[in-house]
Amino acid sequence: MTGRLRFMRSFSGAVGVTIVVFVVAVAIFGRYVAPYDPNVPVTVPLAPPSSHYWLGTDFLGRDVFSRLLYGGRSVITLAALATGLGYLIGMSVGLIAGFSRSRIDPVLMRSVDVMLAFPPLLFLLVLISGAGTGVEVLVIGVAVIQAPGISRIVRTATLEVSVRGYVEAAIARGERSYAVIVREVLPNIMAPVLVDSGLRFTYSILIIASVNFLGLGLQPPASDWALMISDNRQYIAIQAWAVLAPAAMIALLTIGINLTGDAIARSLGRSYVPKTARSAVI
Amino acid sequence: MGRRLLGAAVSLLVASVLIFIGTSVLPGNAASVVLGRGATPAAVQKLEQQMHLNKPLTTQYTNWLGGFVHGDLGDSSIGLAQGQKHAPVWALISDPVKNSLILALITALFMIPLSLGLGALAAVYAGRPADHAISIMSLAAIALPEFVIGSLLVGVFFVWLDVLPPVAIIPPGQSPLSDPTKLILPVATLLLASLAAGIRMVRAGMVETLQAEYVMAARLNGLSERWVLWRYAMRNALAPSVQVLAQNLQWLIGGIIITETVFAYPGLGSLLVTAVGNRDLGVVQSVAMLIAVVYVMLNLVADLIVLLLVPKLREPA
Repeated sequence: MTGRLRFMRSFSGAVGVTIVVFVVAVAIFGRYVAPYDPNVPVTVPLAPPSSHYWLGTDFLGRDVFSRLLYGGRSVITLAALATGLGYLIGMSVGLIAGFSRSRIDPVLMRSVDVMLAFPPLLFLLVLISGAGTGVEVLVIGVAVIQAPGISRIVRTATLEVSVRGYVEAAIARGERSYAVIVREVLPNIMAPVLVDSGLRFTYSILIIASVNFLGLGLQPPASDWALMISDNRQYIAIQAWAVLAPAAMIALLTIGINLTGDAIARSLGRSYVPKTARSAVI
Repeated sequence: MGRRLLGAAVSLLVASVLIFIGTSVLPGNAASVVLGRGATPAAVQKLEQQMHLNKPLTTQYTNWLGGFVHGDLGDSSIGLAQGQKHAPVWALISDPVKNSLILALITALFMIPLSLGLGALAAVYAGRPADHAISIMSLAAIALPEFVIGSLLVGVFFVWLDVLPPVAIIPPGQSPLSDPTKLILPVATLLLASLAAGIRMVRAGMVETLQAEYVMAARLNGLSERWVLWRYAMRNALAPSVQVLAQNLQWLIGGIIITETVFAYPGLGSLLVTAVGNRDLGVVQSVAMLIAVVYVMLNLVADLIVLLLVPKLREPA
C-alpha cells in the first residue's frame, strides 16, 4: 500500500486528499447534522448570518447552512454515475477496437474522432432541448461526452497489451476472446486507464454543476450547490453568503480532486503529461 | 490539406445529424412540446404544418440543412407558436452574434499574449518559485467552473469592493463597447477559466524545447539568453502552442455560453440557454449548428497555421 499511496507524500497530494475527504464527508453526512429542514422557510428571506442561522437565509427564507449540508450529494452522485457509465461505454468500445484487429477498429476510432470534434456543452444542451430536463438525461449525456476520450486511451493500452506473450498464449490455448479480454487484457490496462479518472470525475462535476446552474438540470426545490448559486445570485448584494458558500464548496471539491489527480500522475513518474480536467475530455 | 478539409466537412455533417436527431426525434410531438400542455389539437396541427413536422424526417432534415447552407436559418418555433407568420431566427440572433463576437475577441486579445508570456515565463523558471506560483494558480483556476469563478468575482468586485457592475445587461441596439466597465468581469471570468489550460500547455512545450540540442548549441555558441529564448526556443514552441490556443478558443465557446448567462449578457450563448429552456427547437437547431461551424473552423484554421509554421508536416502533394 505504501507504494500505491506514495502520492500522499507530496504537498499537493496531501492537501488535495484532505480537501476531497472533507467536502465528500460534508456532502454525504452533512444532512444528518443539518439544523433545519432545507426546504422549509425558517425566518424572513435574505436574513444575514446570525447565531441561529449561521449563513443567513436564502431568497425564500430557507436556512443556507442546512441547504449547504444537503446540497453536495446530488452533484457528486450524478457525476460519479455519469463517469462510471462513461467508463463502461468507453472501455467496451476501446477494448473491442483495440483487441479485434479487424475493420471494426478504424470505424470505431473514426466515430470517436468525430464525437470529439463536437463541443461537449453544446451536445448536452441540444440533448436537453430534445429530451427535456431530467436526471437521466444529464447522466447519460455526460457519459456519452466522456466515453470517446476513454475509449481512445483504452484502445491504445489494449493494442500494447494484446501483443504480449501471456495474451498470445491465452489465444493459442484456444480461450474465447471474451475470457482473454476479461482475464488477461483488462487487469493489465487498468493502471494507465484509471490514471486520469479523477480528472474525468472533476470534468463531470464541472459540466453537471454548470448545467444545473443554467437551470437545465435539477429543478427547484432540490438543494444543490449549483442551483443555490443560480437561485440566489440576483440577491448577491443583500445576502452574499447564499451564493458564495456553495461556490466555495464547489471550488474546494474540484480543486481538491485536481490537486490529487495531479499528485497521482506525478508520483507515477512516467512520461505522463498531467492532463487537466478540461483537456481530459476534449 | 485536402484530407483535413474533408474531415472538417464530415465532422460538420455528423454534427448536423446529431443536432437534428437531438432536437427532432424526441419522445412525443415537437409541436405539442413547444405549445405546452394546454394546447388545443387544432393549434398543434397548425404549428406542425408551420414547423413542417408533417413531412418525413429525411425531408425535414434536408430542407433544414439546405436552408442553413444557403443562409436561411429557419423560424423560431416559439415565435410561430405565438401566432407569427414568420419568425426568422436571423432577426433574433443578429445582435447576439455581434455581442458574443465582441466578448470573444476581447478575451482572445488578452488570452493569446498572456498564455504565451506566462507559459514561457513558467518554463524559463521551471522548478523555481515563479513557476510554482504560476502552476498552482493555474491548477486551481482550471478546476473551477465558469459560473463559480464569475460568482466569486462578483462577490469580490461588486459586493465587497463595489467597483464593478455585477451584470452586463446591454440594451437592445446598443453596442457593448459603449460601456466597457460592464465587460470587465465577463472577460476576466473567461480569461481565468481558459488561460490556465493554455499556460500549462505552453509551459510543457517550452520546457521540452529548452532541452533540445539546438538550444544547447546556441547557448554554447555564446548567444545571449534572451536571443536563445525568443529566436530559437519560442519559434519552435509556437507550433504546438497554436494548436493549444485553438483549443483554448474552443473552450471559450463553452465558457461563453455559461459566462453570458452568469452576467445576463445578451449574446448567442444566453440566447441558446433560453431557447433550450423554452424548448424553442428552431432556434436551438440553428444556433447549435452555427456554434458547431465556428468550432470546426477554429480547428481547421489552427491546422493551417501549424502547416505554415512547420514545413516538415506538409504532406506530399
